[in-house]
Amino acid sequence: MFFKLTPTTGQPLYLQLMQQIRHAAETGAFRDGDQLPGIRTLAEELVVSPNTVAKAYSELEHEGLLELRQGSGAFVCLKRRTRSLTDQVQVARHRIRDVIERLREDGLFDEEIRRAFEAELLYPAEIVRRR
Amino acid sequence: MTNEAVILTHALTKSYRNAEAVRGLNLSVGRNRITAFLGRNGAGKSTTIKMLLGMIRPTVGSGSVLGRQITSAEENRELRQRVAYVAEDKPLYGYMTVEQTIRFASSFYSDWRRDVEKKLLHDYELPLHRKVKVLSKGMRTKLALLLAFARRPDLLILDEPSEGLDPVGIEYLLQVLVAQSAEGVSIFFSSHQIAEVERIADHVCILEKGCLLVDASLDQLRQFYRRIDLVFPSPPSEHEFRISGVERIETSGHQMSVFASRNAEAVIERARDLNVVSVEVAPVGLRDIFLETVKEN
Repeated sequence: MFFKLTPTTGQPLYLQLMQQIRHAAETGAFRDGDQLPGIRTLAEELVVSPNTVAKAYSELEHEGLLELRQGSGAFVCLKRRTRSLTDQVQVARHRIRDVIERLREDGLFDEEIRRAFEAELLYPAEIVRRR
Repeated sequence: MTNEAVILTHALTKSYRNAEAVRGLNLSVGRNRITAFLGRNGAGKSTTIKMLLGMIRPTVGSGSVLGRQITSAEENRELRQRVAYVAEDKPLYGYMTVEQTIRFASSFYSDWRRDVEKKLLHDYELPLHRKVKVLSKGMRTKLALLLAFARRPDLLILDEPSEGLDPVGIEYLLQVLVAQSAEGVSIFFSSHQIAEVERIADHVCILEKGCLLVDASLDQLRQFYRRIDLVFPSPPSEHEFRISGVERIETSGHQMSVFASRNAEAVIERARDLNVVSVEVAPVGLRDIFLETVKEN
């Protein structure tokens, strides 16, 4: 498995790692029972603080996607939850495709659409809800 | 025990005749973390580190390292056994060879780590039989690092460890720091290399003119620092945006750029109340945080 963490984006590294592991599980790159590298091994490979890997692993354990076994590392644990999430992602993609299609029809360029998406994603969730 | 501080200072101050090198520093460095100590040349980083190690005496204030008072001669001796330190100028005996230097240093430590010594000798390609005085700057740095890493310290204090290293040497250094951290060694290092700090540090302290200006986890910095670019229908008043968390505002005609250390959502809300036409929010990298922080003062 290849992970790529970007230190300069406005997102903590442990969250980036969590998302990439989740993504790998959702796309089938990880199978149920697959073993992930130990905290130290992965930290050295990615050249990030071991605390970053430890935090990502422990949060994913809370989510139920990983099972941490003392001394033997982390194992992928694919239950129904992950699969339903895969379906949700599929539905979301269709909806986003529709929105993009409409914006293009309105004459917006892809670059403008992309920036608008990024700007909206950076708004804190609470404000969006209040709007 | 995890959150206990390995370095703790209270109002630590060092004055020289007319100048204050370090002013009332309250520093708390957590155990089992990689903490980076940033600042411009002359900001007071080396002075702080030397005070922590008892090499110079604070004018005012106190501090402890691994629970031992830095100003007590006896406790200082104890703490130096548990702390490995790599100085900025990497002082070594020029008349010794690399091998003699390693044998000499290892003779002081019963738990010297041969495995680490071997690995680093190999990675760093250090010439065993060459005299230290003819080593290049990069090689001297590598040797000094080896001497610190092969001990079994509780705390590593490194003053500009990457100085003089080429990109490959820096990569090896970072890997060793990560490995040491995984073994439970707490690390406190000063650096000018923002990119390397951004990758491996858990926590960042920024010192400017002897004062601590930023003391935060990198996760916090990534999550909360934002640059918000706004366009208004009529020239906006900066006054409206002077809210807590806003560090800097620049305006030019209808445009405004806000640099915020937190509270980006409040800035956006205020902008909406003022009928903002365009809002762009961008994360801010450590480099810009550093530059903005230093510029502000």
